[in-house]
Amino acid sequence: MSMGKALPHDAAPLHVTGQARYIDDLSVANALHLAFGLSTVAHGEITGIDLSAVRAAPGVVAVLSAEDLPEMPDCSPSAEDEPLLAVGRVHYVGQPVFLVIADSHLAARKAARLGKISYRELPALLTVDEALAADSRFEGGPVIWAKGDAAGAISAAPQVVEGSFEVGGQEHFYLEGQVAAAIPQEGGDMVVHSSTQHPTEVQHKVAHALHLPMSAVRVEVRRMGGGFGGKESQGNALAIACAVAARRTGRPCRMRYDRDDDMVITGKRHDLRILYRAGVDEQGRILGLEFTHLFRCGWSQDLSLPVADRAMLHADNCYHLPHVRIESHRLKTNTCSATAYRGFGGPQGMVGIERVLDHVAFVVGREPLEVRRANFYRGMAAPGGASPPGPPEDISAKMKGGSEEVDLTSRGAALPVGSHDLPADGAVQTTPYHMPVEDFIGHELVAELERTSDYRARKAEIAAWNAGSPVLKRGIALTPVKFGISFTLTWLNQAGALVHVYQDGSIALNHGGTEMGQGLFQKVAQVTASVFGLDVGKVKITATDTGKVPNTSATAASSGSDLNGMAAKAAAETIRARLAEFIAEKHQAEPSAVTFVDGTVRVADAVYEWEKVVAWAYQARVSLSSTGYYATPKIVWDRVKGTGRPFFYFAYSAAVTEVVIDRLTGENRVLRADLLHDTGTSLNPAIDIGQIEGAYVQGVGWLTTEELVWDGKGRLATHAPSTYKIPACSDRPRDFRVKLWGKPNREDSVGKSKAVGEPPFMLGISALYALSDAVAACGDGGVYPALDAPATAERVLMAVRRVEGV
Amino acid sequence: MTRAGLLDGGKNNGRVARFTPHRAATQNAQNGEKAADRRMSVAFLLNGTPVRVAGEAPTRTLLEFLREDRGLSGTKEGCNEGDCGACTVMVTDAEGSRALNACILFLPQLHGKAVRTVEGIAGPSGEMHPVQAAMVSQHGSQCGFCTPGFVVSMAVAHLNGDRVHDDALAGNLCRCTGYAPIVRAAEVAAGEPVPEWMRTDRAAVAAFAAGEAGAFRPEGSDELAEWYLAHPEAVLVAGATDVGLWVTKQLRELAPVAFLGGVKDLQAIEVQGGQLHVGTGVTIAALREAVKERIPSFGEMLRRFASAQVRNAATIGGNIANGSPIGDGPPALIALGATLHLRRGDEMRSIPLEDFFLEYRKQDRRTGEFVAGVSFPEQAPALRCYKVSKRFDQDISAVCGCFNVTVEGGVATAARIAFGGMAGVPKRALAAEAALLGMAWSEATVEAAAAAMAGDFTPLSDMRASAGYRMLTAQNLLRRYFHELNGVGVSVLEVLP
Repeated sequence: MSMGKALPHDAAPLHVTGQARYIDDLSVANALHLAFGLSTVAHGEITGIDLSAVRAAPGVVAVLSAEDLPEMPDCSPSAEDEPLLAVGRVHYVGQPVFLVIADSHLAARKAARLGKISYRELPALLTVDEALAADSRFEGGPVIWAKGDAAGAISAAPQVVEGSFEVGGQEHFYLEGQVAAAIPQEGGDMVVHSSTQHPTEVQHKVAHALHLPMSAVRVEVRRMGGGFGGKESQGNALAIACAVAARRTGRPCRMRYDRDDDMVITGKRHDLRILYRAGVDEQGRILGLEFTHLFRCGWSQDLSLPVADRAMLHADNCYHLPHVRIESHRLKTNTCSATAYRGFGGPQGMVGIERVLDHVAFVVGREPLEVRRANFYRGMAAPGGASPPGPPEDISAKMKGGSEEVDLTSRGAALPVGSHDLPADGAVQTTPYHMPVEDFIGHELVAELERTSDYRARKAEIAAWNAGSPVLKRGIALTPVKFGISFTLTWLNQAGALVHVYQDGSIALNHGGTEMGQGLFQKVAQVTASVFGLDVGKVKITATDTGKVPNTSATAASSGSDLNGMAAKAAAETIRARLAEFIAEKHQAEPSAVTFVDGTVRVADAVYEWEKVVAWAYQARVSLSSTGYYATPKIVWDRVKGTGRPFFYFAYSAAVTEVVIDRLTGENRVLRADLLHDTGTSLNPAIDIGQIEGAYVQGVGWLTTEELVWDGKGRLATHAPSTYKIPACSDRPRDFRVKLWGKPNREDSVGKSKAVGEPPFMLGISALYALSDAVAACGDGGVYPALDAPATAERVLMAVRRVEGV
Repeated sequence: MTRAGLLDGGKNNGRVARFTPHRAATQNAQNGEKAADRRMSVAFLLNGTPVRVAGEAPTRTLLEFLREDRGLSGTKEGCNEGDCGACTVMVTDAEGSRALNACILFLPQLHGKAVRTVEGIAGPSGEMHPVQAAMVSQHGSQCGFCTPGFVVSMAVAHLNGDRVHDDALAGNLCRCTGYAPIVRAAEVAAGEPVPEWMRTDRAAVAAFAAGEAGAFRPEGSDELAEWYLAHPEAVLVAGATDVGLWVTKQLRELAPVAFLGGVKDLQAIEVQGGQLHVGTGVTIAALREAVKERIPSFGEMLRRFASAQVRNAATIGGNIANGSPIGDGPPALIALGATLHLRRGDEMRSIPLEDFFLEYRKQDRRTGEFVAGVSFPEQAPALRCYKVSKRFDQDISAVCGCFNVTVEGGVATAARIAFGGMAGVPKRALAAEAALLGMAWSEATVEAAAAAMAGDFTPLSDMRASAGYRMLTAQNLLRRYFHELNGVGVSVLEVLP
C-alpha cells in the first residue's frame, strides 16, 4: 500500500542535484524579457510620463504605458480594480506604471529605472487610523457577525478585560520570486508558464486580456519554488504582461521580479489591529466577548474580503464563546495590496483570541493553560448527540442570476451563496457563526501534549530558574489550534483529475493541484498508486496543465490533497473498475472479487502481473483513461449573515514553546518546541512532519523577527532579505519534537487524512505567548506585558519596561 | 511601524568589501580608454573543465554567466544580493575550498580558481554525494529552490570537516522546512567519507595555468599603489560583497575596476610585539580564525558577521574602508585600540582607527590612498563584543557595542567603548568612558557611565530599530558588560533547553 508511506518528496533527487526545473530555468528560444517601471509615490495623479530615455536604452524593444493600451488589462482576482499599468493615478509605491520589453533581463531592469514620471501628489492613507478617519474601506461598512448578546454578557460579568493588539504582516519570501513566460502559438493562442498556485485564474485573466476564449490559453505549472499564498493572485500581473507583450511582439516573453521589486510590488499577509473586550468570571471563563478587527488591506481588494472573513471564522479558535460579536473593518490604504498568506486570516483571528486568553489568565491570576482549558469547546458529542447539517444548497440557480462579470475562478469573488440557518443541537456547542463543533478533540490532544512535553514540571523548573537569573528570563506557553478546512467560497470545493494507464502498465497522473513544495504531487500519486495496488514509482507525475484538467481551484486553503486526492482516486477507481470487470468476466467472477495488490491483479486463485492485465485490457479494447471529479460534501455558508457550515471538518493541533529573553536588550530565543498535530490518518507522515516543522518555524518568524517597516512616505523600508529577517537555520528550536496525533478523520476524507498545509502555521502562536510569559517574569505580576507582534527584540524590551514599571 | 530617517540605504550588510569607494566612475561607455579597461579575459575551472571568458563587462556575475551562458540552471537566483544563499557555489584555490555567493561574484574574481556548482557535486557517473543522498533520505527539500545552495554549502562543510552546521548554513535561507530536516541531513552525511571527486579541484587548480587576466588584477601592493595613484577614480574590488550590490541592485556601471584577489602581500596576518598585523585583503573568515582563540569575544562576534559565504569573500579592509556606521569590524577594533595603516603611492601613514571615520560616509582618506591594513593587540581579556540585531545570524547590527575596560585594584584604569549603529560613523562613547575612568568598578559607576552615554550619541530611527531602543540598548549593554564580568549569565545564546 503506497498510501501512508513516509516517502521522500517525488522531486527530491532532482532538487538536490539541481535538475529540478523552475520557470526561469526553461530555455525559451528568441525570448524577450520584461520589467515594470514603478510608482515612486504612494498616491498621486500622473501628470506626465516621459519614456524617451527608456526607449533609447540599450536592448529595449518596446515600452508600454497606459497610453499604449487603450483597454487596460486587469489583474485582480476579485473586483477588477488592478490595472496592469497605472491609469491616471497611482495608489501605492511600487505600482507598475510602464512595461519595458527588452532583449535581456538586465537590459529591461536598467531601462525601467530611466522613466521620468511626474505626479501631482495626493494625500496618502498609510495606516488603519488614517483609513478609518477617511472611511476608506472595501465593502460598505464593517462586517459584523454575532451570536447571543455580547454587550449584555460583558456588562453582567464580574470582570472585564480589554486591550488593543497590533499584529504585523508578513512577506512570503518564497525563495523563487514571481516569474512567468508566455509563448505565442498559431492562430493567436497562448501558452503560459506561470509560477502560480492558481493556473485557472491565470488562464482566465490572460484570456480576458487577449480577448480569447479560455480554451485558447493553456497554463502550465510544473512546480513553484514556494508559494505560501503569495502566488494565489500575485503572479497574475507577470503572466498577463508576458501574454500582452508576446501578442504584440510575436515573440516569447518572460518576466521575473528582482527580489526587491517583488517585495515592493506584491502583497503580503494583512497586518491589523485587534481591539478586544471580554467579560469573564473569576475562573477566567469568557462570558461575553467583543472583537474589532482593523485590517489594512492596501490599495486593491484582491482577496481581502475572504481573508478578513476567515479571521472572523477563527476568532474563537478552540474556545466556546456563548456571547460574541465580531466587527471586521477592511480598510483601503495606499500600500501594496495585502493578499493570501498561509492561514488566510486564520492566524490573525487566532492570535487575537489567544491574546485574550493570555490577558485573562494574567488578570485572574490563573495558570494560562487552565484558563484556556476552562474555555474549550465541549468534547466530541456522544453518538447521536449532534444533528448533521443539511445538504449543500444547489447554488446553480443563484449563479444564473449572477453577474456575467464575476470572476468565478477566484475566492476573491464575493457572491453570497446559500442561506441556511443551521439548527444547533443542544448537545453540541456552536461557533460564533453557528456551526456545531462536532469533532472537538482539543481536550484529549492537549492533555497528551501536556504530558509528553512535561509542561507542568518544566513550568515549575522555569520559575525556579528565573528566580536565580537577574538578566535572562525563560517563559513557556501552550496554545491549541482548531482550523477550519474548506474554501469559504463553497463552489471552489471541487477538483478534477486525469489518469492514463498506458499499454505497458505505466500510469500518468494529472490533477488540478499545483506543487509548491508541499508534497501534494507525491501524496496524490500515492493515493493513485494505492488504488491499483502499485508502487508509487509506477505513477508518472505530470505538470499541472489547464489543457488537461479544467476549471481548477487555487491550490490553497490547505485543500490540495483533500480535493485532488479524491478526484485522482475517483479517476483511478473508474479505470480499476473497468479492469476488474474485464478480468472478472474471464473468470466468471464478480468484479468485486478482483483485487489489486503488490503489482498484481488477483481473482479466484489466479494472480496476474499488473502489466499483463493492462496489455490484455488494451487488446480487448477497454478504455484505460479516465477523468475523476470530487466535490466536498456537507458544506454550506452564508457569508453575509455569518452562518452555516463553511468547513467540512476541523484540523486540530497544539504546541508548547519555551523561550528565553534578555531583559536588557529584548533579544530572545526559542529553546524547545513540542508539537502534536492532527493529520487524521496521514497520507505520508514524512511530508506531513515536514509541513508541520516548516509551518511552525514560519509562524514563529511571523510573530518574532519578521518585521515589515514602511516609512512616512509609504515606502517599504524592508524590501530585501538584508532588512527583512525570516528565520535562519539557528532560529529553529534547539530541541524540536513533532508528533502526529494519528487518529482517522471522522469525515470521509481521502484516506481519512486531514489537511496539513496551513493549520500548523498557527502553532507558532505559542512562541508569542511564551515570550509574554518570560516578559511577565520580569515584573511583579501587576502589569500585563501586552506584547505586540512581531515581538522583535525591541518590542520585547519595551514590554519588559512596561512590566518593570519604568 | 512607520519610521523615518533611514540610517543607510538598506543595502549595506555591514559586511562590505570594497576598499576605497571614492566615487564610482559611470557612463564611460563612449570613452575609448575606459572601454579598453572594460575588456576582460579570465580563465577558471568550471566543474573540472577549463573555461575562458573574454569580452564581457568585468562586472558580469558568475551567476549570470552560469545560468545564461552555460545553461547551468541548478544555481538559483533568490535575492541577487548575497543574503539567501540559493546561488552558493564552491570555489577552490591554493588556500582551500570555500562556499561563495555566485550572485555577487564578478568573473575576474575567479581567475585561476576552480568553481564547482551543484551540477558538479554528484560524482562523475551520477552517484549522489553523501549530502545529496542525506537530503533526500531526511526530507531536506520541499520546494527545492533553496536546495542546490544548501547542498553546495553542506558539501563544502563536509569537505572541510566543519560540523558546526548552524554556522555553515547561516547564509542559506529556506522558507519551507524550518531547517530541522536539513540539519538532520548534514548530521547524517557527516558520518560519510568525503568522495574522491570532491578533492580533485585542489590538485587541478594547482596545475591550472590561467595565464594573464584581461581585467586589471595587480599581483602586489606596489603595483596596486602605483596604478591607483594614477586611477584614483577607480573602484577597488576585493570580496565584492558590497560592490556587488552596486551592480546587481543599483545597476551601476563601474569603470575602471581593479580586482585585488592577487595582492597576496596584503592578505597576511602577522603577530609581532604583542600586536596582530592584519593585511587589508584578509577575509573576515581568516580574521575570525586568527582571533577566535586569542580574543574569543571578537571571534564570537565575527561568527555572527554576515554568513559563511560572505565572510569567505569579504575583507577587513573593505569593512573598514567602506565607512559604514553599521559594519561590525570597526567597533571591535576601536575598542581594541587598533591602528589603521594607509598607503598612497609610496607614502604610508598610520592613524588610530577611530580617527579614520570623519562623518557619515566620509573618511580620512586622500585621493589615491587605500587602506593597507590594521594592527591591534593580540590579547584583550576584558574585551566583550555585543551585537544586537533582529536576527542572530546573518543580520546587520541595530546596535553593536564593544567594551574594553581595564579594572585594577577595583578601579577602572582604562576604558575603550565603541559602538556601531549609534551615529553616522563607528564611534567611541567618550563621555561614558570618562565617567568610568578612575572610579571604583561598581554598579553605581556603571549607572553613572550609562547616564553619561546619553550625551555621546544621538542615534536615528530606521527599519532596524528606533532611536529610543538604540540608546536604551547601548546603555544596557554597558550594564550587561558589568554583569558578565561579575559572572552573571547574560547571553540567551548560552541557555540550553
